[in-house]
Amino acid sequence: MNLKRLGHFCLPLIGIAFAGVAWWFASTQVTDLPSPLKTWEESKLYLLEPWAKRGEMDQGMGLLAYYSLVRVAYGFSLGILIGTPLGFLLGVSGTMHRMLDPVIQILRPISPLAWLPLGLVLFQKSEPAALFAIAVCSMWPTVLNTMAGVRAIPQDYWNIAKVLRLSRFTTFTKIVLPAALPQMFTGFRLSLGIAWLVIVAAEMLTGTPGVGGFLWQEYNSLIYSHILLAILTIGIVGFLLDRMMGLAEARLRAL
Amino acid sequence: MAFIEASGLAKSFGARHVLDRVSITVDKGEFVSIVGFMGCGKSTLLNLLSGVTEPDSGTISIDGTALQGIARQASIVFQNYSLLPWFSALENVRLAVDAARPGWTRAEQKEQSERYLQLVGLGNAMHRRPSQLSGGMRQRVAIARAFATDPEVLFLDEPFGALDALTRGSLQQELARLCSEAGRPVTTVMITNNIDEALLLSDRIIPMTKGPRATLGSPVAVDLAKPRSADQLAHDEHAILARAHVVECLSDHLHASRARPDRTRHEPPPSFSSVAVEKAGI
Repeated sequence: MNLKRLGHFCLPLIGIAFAGVAWWFASTQVTDLPSPLKTWEESKLYLLEPWAKRGEMDQGMGLLAYYSLVRVAYGFSLGILIGTPLGFLLGVSGTMHRMLDPVIQILRPISPLAWLPLGLVLFQKSEPAALFAIAVCSMWPTVLNTMAGVRAIPQDYWNIAKVLRLSRFTTFTKIVLPAALPQMFTGFRLSLGIAWLVIVAAEMLTGTPGVGGFLWQEYNSLIYSHILLAILTIGIVGFLLDRMMGLAEARLRAL
Repeated sequence: MAFIEASGLAKSFGARHVLDRVSITVDKGEFVSIVGFMGCGKSTLLNLLSGVTEPDSGTISIDGTALQGIARQASIVFQNYSLLPWFSALENVRLAVDAARPGWTRAEQKEQSERYLQLVGLGNAMHRRPSQLSGGMRQRVAIARAFATDPEVLFLDEPFGALDALTRGSLQQELARLCSEAGRPVTTVMITNNIDEALLLSDRIIPMTKGPRATLGSPVAVDLAKPRSADQLAHDEHAILARAHVVECLSDHLHASRARPDRTRHEPPPSFSSVAVEKAGI
């Protein structure tokens, strides 16, 4: 193995080791912050028995992450189900774009923490409110990227549709959709990232079981090592989700 | 009555008057080439004739009916192939056949597409995507797509412009063969900046003056039996004369427009008699 390949393999590990040392150092300075070793000791039960169910919140990490992922899947699907057609509409119609662009620009920067109370007012229950917050926060990258993808379709392709006298439906399925697909997928990937960010906030506020709900409950029970466990789980699951979407995207672009 | 009749065509893009009062007629089954310099408005004229863009003023009729949108029974071949990269050669051709022949069964549509790809020599490559094909092969796909819908009218926008000289030569012959083998007369309008290409394929060559406000010069008839060969064109007296006339018309106008700094008002270019060409013998 040459030095460069060794570097590819070792450098990320060295980076992680550095982060661990920084964590350990911080724990020696702050009394309430558990060290890496203490965190592992106190939370290994949740990792070694990931599918155990002991109480409403007291469950294995695998199960908690699963609840959160299911919630994200619903919210994200809802988001792209609304976001994709909206993006196509804005991409094709200049009138629609001029009309709705200001609305989107105002709605886009609103935090999930602000949407959630509105969701609770609208739906009365925490579960649909959480889905509402995820959908409404995560759909914007899908809307904007789909729109940009449609707008970037070269005139050549529109000419083909015109010259071959394709129907609207055929033009959409055979030209617009394939042409915009790579950029749409970039939007999906960003949307999924946001949906995962929102889920934690939504669970914390609504107190539903999941990684975020667990985090908030353990904070209230003063078990700080479990906060760190939850944070690390959120990070790793988010990383894996992004990687999965990245791989799918790369395969799509290679077509 | 001519098959394609266009009169008084004008088109501007913003303040740029590309075409002004252009008229052209093409008979049924005739192959007409419009030859001119790059950027003189040839493509604009072809886009008007084929219905891709609408003229600011003027009328176009094909087979007696006024043109609305893309001409029915017309196929267009563009210089840049205009193939969809996510489809194979076969799927690209099928897209056209399916749209033009909605009444056919899927098997018939597929068979027609495959037949024309075989005719242009792509029988073994029909499942490859455009990115896996050379420039010449891509243009073959585009030509197969154009012929597979059994067009009555064919519009060719510098179809060989992006190809190397060798590929260009073989594809020109292929096009001539497809035109002559088509079941019915195919009326063709080709745009090119290559006079030899025009001589090889056309019944009539129309020189186009340099824009802005481009107009058409007097047509030159090429009364030579088809198929023609490049070698024949290099030695045939008639071909040499026809070539000289086109060159003369194009360069005359070039000098005229250089000599006169005021480019806003152009008189019609110095016309020359095409009688001389016809007298020169067959």
